[in-house]
Amino acid sequence: MMDNIRLAFASLFANKLRALLTMLGIIIGIGAVIGIVTVGDSLTGSITDSMNSMGASNITVSLQRKSSTDQGALLFGRSNPEAKDLITPTMIEEYKSQFGDQIDTIALSRQMGSGQVEVEENSANITITGVNGDYKTVANPTMLYGRFVQDSDNQRMLAVVSDVFVEEIFPGQQNVLGESFDVVVNNAILRFYIVGVYEYQSEGMISMDNSDPVTTAYIPVEAARKLLGESEGYQSLTVVGASGQDNTALMEQTEDFFASYYTHNNSYTIAASSLESMMSTLTEMLDTIKLAVAAIAAISLLVGGIGVMNIMLVSITERTREIGVRKALGAPNSAIRVQFITESVVICLAGGALGIAVGIALGAWGAGMLGYPARPSITAIAIAVGFSMAIGVFFGYYPANKAAKLDPIEALRYE
Amino acid sequence: MSTPMIEMHGIVKTYFEGKPNALEILHGIDLVVQPGEFVSIVGESGSGKSTLMNLIGALDRPSKGSYRLDGVDVSHASDRQLSEIRNRKIGFVFQNFNLIGRSNAQKNVELPLLYAGVPARERSRRAKELLELVGMGQRSRHKPAELSGGQKQRVAIARALACEAPLLLADEPTGALDTATSRTVMDLFHRLHKEQGKTIVLITHSPQLAAETERVITLMDGCIVGEEKGGAYHDG
Repeated sequence: MMDNIRLAFASLFANKLRALLTMLGIIIGIGAVIGIVTVGDSLTGSITDSMNSMGASNITVSLQRKSSTDQGALLFGRSNPEAKDLITPTMIEEYKSQFGDQIDTIALSRQMGSGQVEVEENSANITITGVNGDYKTVANPTMLYGRFVQDSDNQRMLAVVSDVFVEEIFPGQQNVLGESFDVVVNNAILRFYIVGVYEYQSEGMISMDNSDPVTTAYIPVEAARKLLGESEGYQSLTVVGASGQDNTALMEQTEDFFASYYTHNNSYTIAASSLESMMSTLTEMLDTIKLAVAAIAAISLLVGGIGVMNIMLVSITERTREIGVRKALGAPNSAIRVQFITESVVICLAGGALGIAVGIALGAWGAGMLGYPARPSITAIAIAVGFSMAIGVFFGYYPANKAAKLDPIEALRYE
Repeated sequence: MSTPMIEMHGIVKTYFEGKPNALEILHGIDLVVQPGEFVSIVGESGSGKSTLMNLIGALDRPSKGSYRLDGVDVSHASDRQLSEIRNRKIGFVFQNFNLIGRSNAQKNVELPLLYAGVPARERSRRAKELLELVGMGQRSRHKPAELSGGQKQRVAIARALACEAPLLLADEPTGALDTATSRTVMDLFHRLHKEQGKTIVLITHSPQLAAETERVITLMDGCIVGEEKGGAYHDG
């Protein structure tokens, strides 16, 4: 066997360019697969990591227009529901009494819209969100100083702002607690007093231009309600399940519970979602892409394999005489067959090895471009090695068998 | 009397058997060669020499008749058995040497041992020994392209001896060599015959070379037409 492998390498090196060209199909095929799988895995891995840090198991319950059911509307469709459409405190109380042992906290929030803040020469854009005390558990902001919104704040005009905002509006000021700022929201000028500052964190997943981010100012949810002049009710709330809880089941039950209030509502219903479930959708999507890539790679490997077969046939024709001599010297058919299959497997494995190198480089480059650490997939590499060996055997068998069956007399006479 | 090295009776070889263009090349050859004999087979081209050589060399099976090589029935052997017979019983020496171009002299000599399943170290030892015997010890690392015709043929003879086959089958071994080198190669055959008691069958169209052997068999149109005593070789 060792002799066959050595022999295969010798004939490979005897025709370097030809061998390289033959391997190209396999190099490209395997390189593409490993490269793309590496990028895909890096992407999934990084997203999973960042989502876990953001509280992937939080369940978001929100109003959703009945007509639109796509994900986009769920995520961005900030339509204006009427008072009758909102989630009422009664519903929340009933929900609490029914699922009380399964939930940890319920965070309430209400979007007030965004506006520009101007203090002297400085300005900054903020979005104002009314939240309850429990919201702190969900958003989990890193408080730099001061405090977060509490339920006892009721309707007081207090705000918790980001350090970025502070830097924009009060540059160089160490402590801004007690400072006030005016903001124009919905044609009304509102004045808030700062009670706390949290550390702004750019959202890892969607990294857009962060040079001038719009940060959130949190105000008491009751204040927001009063300012908006709305009846008691919320557009969305976030449920944190008790630890050790099956969140998928809880999510479904929560959705069913709230949706039951909306059976007769023509325009709105309730949708519950969690990053976890979105993540699995995303992972499924990436898996589909991976599958598509694998299919393309399979075609490329097939073409590569045919190339190998072709070159093996050429090589056998060229070496007909050698085969004749080997047979005259006592080589049984099986020895000739093994020799040529080994040669084709060596070509394919060498191609596979180069392909893996190309793929890792490609994956590292691709992941680097997206700004994620590259995670070369060991499984993909193992499959690539196995696959290239299989190609070698499969596409090498026919030519090798042809060589093995050559008539020694004919082969010896071949010019 | 000992078992004959070659024992052929009524050998017929037909190509395209059973087809309208069937072609009978050998028409019933009877040939017995005793162990240790140095025999030559001569004949014009088209006389059936090559076909007979292929049969003797177990590269092919006769259509009719029986052939025993060193007591082993070749006429009914399977492909696998034929390769084993070729490996163990016959050392081929070809007109155009037929060395493997990519391998050096030593690897070429090792080749039959490889197929005989001899371990690597033993192969290498034996190959060196044989190259020494044919006077090519210094050139064991050279590739065939780096050797002269005579040197190539000596490597080929070393290869033919590798498996200690009792029969050397040489097909026009000097056909591609000049007179002087032909002489060295023929001397080598005579030496192997005398010193190692090898049975040698030399196929040639040269009457002078044939005359050097102990027995000259003449083939014409697929039949043996003559047999004379040779022995015109005297060393030194």
